[in-house]
Amino acid sequence: MRKIDTKEIEELIYKMALDAGVSLTDSCKKALYAARDGETEGAAKFALGALCDNFELAESKKMPVCQDTGMAVVMMEIGQEVFLEGAPLAEAVNSAVRRAYADGYFRKSVCDPITRKNTGDNTPAVIHTDIVTGDKINITYIPKGFGSENMSRVYMLKPAQGVEGIVDAIVETVKIAGSRPCPPVIVGVGIGGSFDTCTLLAKRALARDLGTRNQRDDVADIEKRALDKINALGIGCQGFHGKITALGVNCEWAPTHIAGLPVAINIQCHCMRCRKEVL
Amino acid sequence: MKKLTLPLTSKEVKELHSGDSVLLSGIILTARDCAHRRIKEIMERGEKLPFEIEGAYIYYAGPCPAKPGMASGSCGPTTSARMDSFAPALLDAGLGGMIGKGEMSKEVREAVVRNCKVYFAAIGGAGALYAEAIKKSECIAFPDLLSEAVYRLEVENFPAVVAFDCYGQSIYD
Repeated sequence: MRKIDTKEIEELIYKMALDAGVSLTDSCKKALYAARDGETEGAAKFALGALCDNFELAESKKMPVCQDTGMAVVMMEIGQEVFLEGAPLAEAVNSAVRRAYADGYFRKSVCDPITRKNTGDNTPAVIHTDIVTGDKINITYIPKGFGSENMSRVYMLKPAQGVEGIVDAIVETVKIAGSRPCPPVIVGVGIGGSFDTCTLLAKRALARDLGTRNQRDDVADIEKRALDKINALGIGCQGFHGKITALGVNCEWAPTHIAGLPVAINIQCHCMRCRKEVL
Repeated sequence: MKKLTLPLTSKEVKELHSGDSVLLSGIILTARDCAHRRIKEIMERGEKLPFEIEGAYIYYAGPCPAKPGMASGSCGPTTSARMDSFAPALLDAGLGGMIGKGEMSKEVREAVVRNCKVYFAAIGGAGALYAEAIKKSECIAFPDLLSEAVYRLEVENFPAVVAFDCYGQSIYD
């Protein structure tokens, strides 16, 4: 049994949130530089150059990379040998988010879905917890912007549609999104599970570093085929045409029902600000 | 790259073509989802808006709070398509043009042509760069909407691309 005070979790998430708001992941920066250097279409190349200048400026001045500092998505894998002490976990997470968004001069973007009244402090965070083996806590933090979140889709495919159906669903989602989600996008795909779990798998897929492949060869093949087809669409950075519409496609999978093939496609813009820490 | 000062003359508008990269200077007003809903309600009631629409340029954006010593926090464009249902009536009421990101509807494109205006695309995600182009910022309407309020921004060399021109051409085609 290992005791962890939730205040420790709060302090760690506070730091992760402050840092995430002003800087991209290393793999995302690398992908944007490569996109800028590889693009030949005029307006798209200009925009990619501006995006690289932007993340460099944001990091040096500690300013938000994008004004949509997102909804705070916090995924925690909690070892079952951990005993949590102190304030309730959700309270600790929300306190971290509230403080980071105030101290970082981040935009507060969370509101009531009906009245649209802003909660004023960017809480509540979206919190997912899993109980796992061990005595540690793995924390993944993603500030999720909604220009891209809005373009996400869930497909309940027929098993007969198979791999072709999965690849088509991914490509169709990016095509329908077009210029709206701030391409070049990053595509997180959840394959299998149920209606709800496939969407969470898609979010987890986004958290995986760009440039990594799924360990299963057949799933990695879906990632590669979908990425090639997406980049053949010619949407380009900002919808200004060109070679680079997506920086990567990451798929995660789970067993599903014999009657179904759920596929969730979670779109992320080029501004990937994920942070991962272990406590 | 073409440098332009807002408001544009109709001669300047006619010289713009979709795909042109420009640097804008002058006054723009932020407005996004909630502000548009309020603008629409005020117009439908036949009341006076708290700012002049005639000749104004609306920037679909909701900035981050400004850090001390800065005029504005990060302030890139938001997705314009969410304002599709509002833009034609505003253009018909004399709006000078819009700045946002991404494609807008056929109805918006027709209204741009009908009124001989322009829709500019700013670079989505370049929030910090745009903050640098903002020299002054003042909330002029709906302060209760926080980042969704209407801010009057004075901008210098604000990078954008002509998305819809007055001839009905679109960079997204």
